[in-house]
Amino acid sequence: MVGLLTQLPLIAQAGDFVRPPGEGPTSCVGENNTVCIGWALDNIDRWVTPTLEHLLLVSASVAAGFAIAFGLALLSHGRRWLEPTFIGATGVIYTIPSIALFLILLPITGRGTVTAVIALTLYNLQIIYRNIVTGLGNVPEASRDAGRGMGMTEQQLLWRVELPLAVPEIIAGLRIATVSTVAIATLAIFAGAGGLGDVIYTQGLQNDVFKTAIVVGSLIAIAMAVCFDALYVAGQRVISPWRKVRAI
Amino acid sequence: MSLPPADVFDSFSGAIDFIFEPRDAIGVGGQVGGLEQVWDLMWTQIWISALALAVAVAIALPIGLYFGHRGSGELVAVAVGNAGRAIPELALIALMVAFIGVGVLNVTIALMILGIPPILTNTFVGVRQVDRDAVEAARGMGMTELGVIRRVELPLAVPTIMSGVRTGAINIVATATIASIAGVSTLGDFIINNANYGEDGLLAGAILVALLALAVELVLAGVQRLLTPRGLALEREAAGATA
Repeated sequence: MVGLLTQLPLIAQAGDFVRPPGEGPTSCVGENNTVCIGWALDNIDRWVTPTLEHLLLVSASVAAGFAIAFGLALLSHGRRWLEPTFIGATGVIYTIPSIALFLILLPITGRGTVTAVIALTLYNLQIIYRNIVTGLGNVPEASRDAGRGMGMTEQQLLWRVELPLAVPEIIAGLRIATVSTVAIATLAIFAGAGGLGDVIYTQGLQNDVFKTAIVVGSLIAIAMAVCFDALYVAGQRVISPWRKVRAI
Repeated sequence: MSLPPADVFDSFSGAIDFIFEPRDAIGVGGQVGGLEQVWDLMWTQIWISALALAVAVAIALPIGLYFGHRGSGELVAVAVGNAGRAIPELALIALMVAFIGVGVLNVTIALMILGIPPILTNTFVGVRQVDRDAVEAARGMGMTELGVIRRVELPLAVPTIMSGVRTGAINIVATATIASIAGVSTLGDFIINNANYGEDGLLAGAILVALLALAVELVLAGVQRLLTPRGLALEREAAGATA
């Protein structure tokens, strides 16, 4: 536990991060009264690593969240009494503000990417689990009966009829989870896991409220969310072309 | 993983001590922690969140009811909901600090903006989901359009609307924590302006924020029970029992 705090980038300290005095089109950095597009483009490598870290946080936690939620859904399938338990448990975690969850995990799992991914995964569970269960619940009884009539076992029914028909809802859940995670992962900086929070918070707010960094970090985060969203819409069209993509 | 369990226990017991017992601040003089300061910061977080939530409901509810009743504007209602999810709270507060300024008014407006999307979208969806036969029956009984909204659509949409209000409230309370960046001292002070509080303060802040959020969720779940029309509650219970 010793030294945990000293590693935390918590307090705004002028001079933590030196802004090189720009010249010509980049001189606006020194004044810091506007967004300095020239400087942002000249210093593109400042944004690349945090963006990649952010992508890693989001992909890892959505993948892990999906794996666990899928396991839970299989467990509770056919055991209806488990559903409220799982929804309640994942709901309680979902209620805890992300910044608090990151910090509560720190003494247990230490600073860094692992802690951030654990917290973000816990967040995803609720959304993804709910959608898988809804998807399975919405399968028409007639489809199940048809499967049974063809002599399918319960297992075959699940994998060949129910899950394929639930794909649109499952993808909708992944879509919401991914877009929210992109936003929440900006707070992973408080778990010492970098990401775009590094640009917005460490390079921006803590750095004498450096406007260019704040705007660049925010724009990359929003652009990332929009791109993921578009990917899911495209993916859904490919996987289940017979279904209209649900907007929510 | 990297720390043995004994240390984990020490961390948490240190944080709990911090909540109940004042101690000397690190660096500068004076005392920090203890119930008095905790309550002081928590109270700020509660009232600023409540204010922001009230304004968000006052704005989002009528708009959602209006468009839900007319059955138009679905694209906008859904787009607002999606956009609300995609905007990082940290970015919103940081942009506000950078371009608009700090202070109670600005923070309240930022928090309100975070609360509006889920309430608006859920109100719209909730009203759209109301059985059209019930609406037609109300019209047949001679209700005015306003009467239909107030006495049929609104009550029947309560569960969906309240789930939006709960999401909005949790967003607001969570983000009010980071409002400490913007010059409003909430429980986030223990986390963001941490220099005088130490590790115990940091963890104490996180625990208190988590408890506050859970309390808000419980209170609003209670409010939802009170507001849900009895018939609707019975119907849901029956559906739940047979399912």
